[in-house]
Amino acid sequence: MSTTADLVGHTSDSPAAGIPLAAEPGKSPQLPPNNALMDALFRNLTRFFAFAVFSLLAAILVALLIGSMLSIEKFGAAFLVHDNWDPVQEDFGALVPIFGTLVTSAIAMAIAIPVSFGIALFLTELSPTWLRRPLGTAIEMLAAIPSIIYGMWGLFVFAPLFQEYVQPAAISTLGGLPFVGPLFAGPPMGIGMMTAGIILAVMVIPFIAAVMRDVFEIVPPMLKESAYGLGATTWEVTWRVVLPYTKVGVIGGIMLGLGRALGETMAITFVIGNAHRLSTSLFAPGNSIASALANEFTEAVGDLYTSALIELGLILFLITTVVLACSKLLLMRLARQEGTRT
Amino acid sequence: MIRTLQRSLAAAAVCAFAAAPALAADITGAGATFPYPIYAKWADAYQKTSGTRMNYQSIGSGGGIKQITAKTVNFGASDKPLSAEDLAKDGLMQFPAIMGGVVPVYNLAGIASGDVKFTGPLLADIYLGKVKKWNDPAIAALNPGVKLPGDDITVVHRSDGSGTSFLWTNYLSKVSPEWKDKVGEGTSVKWPAGVGGKGNEGVASYVQKINGAIGYVEYAYAKQNKLAAGQVKNRAGKFVAPTDASFKAAAAGADWNGTPGMGVILTDQPGDGSWPVTGASFILMHMKQEKADAAKEVLKFFEWSFANGAKMADELDYVPMPDPVVKVIQAQWKAIKDPSGKSVY
Repeated sequence: MSTTADLVGHTSDSPAAGIPLAAEPGKSPQLPPNNALMDALFRNLTRFFAFAVFSLLAAILVALLIGSMLSIEKFGAAFLVHDNWDPVQEDFGALVPIFGTLVTSAIAMAIAIPVSFGIALFLTELSPTWLRRPLGTAIEMLAAIPSIIYGMWGLFVFAPLFQEYVQPAAISTLGGLPFVGPLFAGPPMGIGMMTAGIILAVMVIPFIAAVMRDVFEIVPPMLKESAYGLGATTWEVTWRVVLPYTKVGVIGGIMLGLGRALGETMAITFVIGNAHRLSTSLFAPGNSIASALANEFTEAVGDLYTSALIELGLILFLITTVVLACSKLLLMRLARQEGTRT
Repeated sequence: MIRTLQRSLAAAAVCAFAAAPALAADITGAGATFPYPIYAKWADAYQKTSGTRMNYQSIGSGGGIKQITAKTVNFGASDKPLSAEDLAKDGLMQFPAIMGGVVPVYNLAGIASGDVKFTGPLLADIYLGKVKKWNDPAIAALNPGVKLPGDDITVVHRSDGSGTSFLWTNYLSKVSPEWKDKVGEGTSVKWPAGVGGKGNEGVASYVQKINGAIGYVEYAYAKQNKLAAGQVKNRAGKFVAPTDASFKAAAAGADWNGTPGMGVILTDQPGDGSWPVTGASFILMHMKQEKADAAKEVLKFFEWSFANGAKMADELDYVPMPDPVVKVIQAQWKAIKDPSGKSVY
């Protein structure tokens, strides 16, 4: 923290001190006051932008809180663990959508992190140079596809294939195992939490892979070459040199992907099955917070129903905040460990 | 200074007032998604003849009710009629504008449209998750000649709140006490079984994708997607197929005059040929209009649509309001008044 403050202080001082030296002797008397004004203006403008974002965030939080007051008063903390969602009886609980959001994101990360790591590693260490650019561009293009396209592709192309070829096999083999069996039970429907998780993984891979590739590229060649020179294999170089050097960036990339996975709406709505029921099976339909909001907000009649939906939004907001905070804590901890070790 | 300001404001107001008719005021409406295609088609045709533009945002019935209550639009639209108390509370009036039918659709290999017969209580048991297989004795008893497979039944319902769901659950509540107790009726309910698709198109595509699926969609979607639709036993005890004629038959016997706010729900109507899951979509307007001109334009639009829009409605598989009902509706329009208490229509 202190280093950034020093840096800011230094840059803001330097123009006033530096310009008279650099400028023509004849012109120099007029420049400083003018520049100081511009400087102050610019500083305040940037400060205003930064604080505008902060107040916008605070305003959203306050608006969500006010909107969900009715539901908070009615259901209290039980809202978080109650699994009923009955608009007719006006009895609402958020457990099913929270569960669905966390489970689909977990599936997505479980698939996306290793795959992205492999992509980034291949692109920076193993791929022939001529292939790097087209492959990298193709992966970045994946990130540019609108999420509704992923949803439609998931529903019309992926789900039928998954239903016909993967699910029956998984149900007949994995479904019979102890402990993990219930995760793969039920009739093959094609849509459900597993499908949603896989589609999410495809959506976040380009984000994580792009960040990982970028940070892997900034590892000084000297470090890697030294390791290779000592006889390290590619795997050892990656694991012992590249990853420790880039872990902050790698974790940042993963968090970026996780943030996207938690809030993804349209694609999930298409393939998750949108059923407010808790199930142990990953093949069963479920619901996520974002997709419940997208589905039900327009036709939510009655104040309590609307309020319960807004509280769902608030919960999603808090989940993403907690995830971000955890990643920051993790990074700080890593930095501290680094300090003690050397 | 203040006086000049006042004067110029007054002048500006007069100018604006005088200019309004010449601008052919645009009218805005918002609400139900189910009638959107026909409202859009009417609006397009009406603009060509009158020059008045009608903007309709299909944001959902709930949104339509909120917008008209907040007076941000000239009219709201809802698939679910408001109760007389709700109408009175916000000073609203409502009238039906278009009708349609909701049909059960299924995906069973080798079984064609119209081959499977249902009763209301059977549909309720399927949607309750009590009848789980297609070869269940309850289904087989109604369909002696049909080779029903032993597949699991996958129930498909709407995931978004919808007037279609309201009609469907309203019908199931009327015919099954258990459904009424456990689930009830509404634009969204706590579905005891199955998966949810977003919109009619979502339900239609799930039914097409999943073997052994059953769903319910607006008739137009069943027809356009060539989904197999079942026959349903109506209140008179006859099995009927979903057709324009059976929707019209359901609408014919309704007591529009005697129902407060014309809020007739056309499910489970008497009559040999009546389709049991028929419904109307409603228009909501304020009784007291501050902008009398806009209200007048809205009523002129619907007057024109009732007179000229029947063929367009047929093309899109909707059922236009019959002439006697239109007369009743137009009599109700007299209740819409400008601030001085004069009827705008």
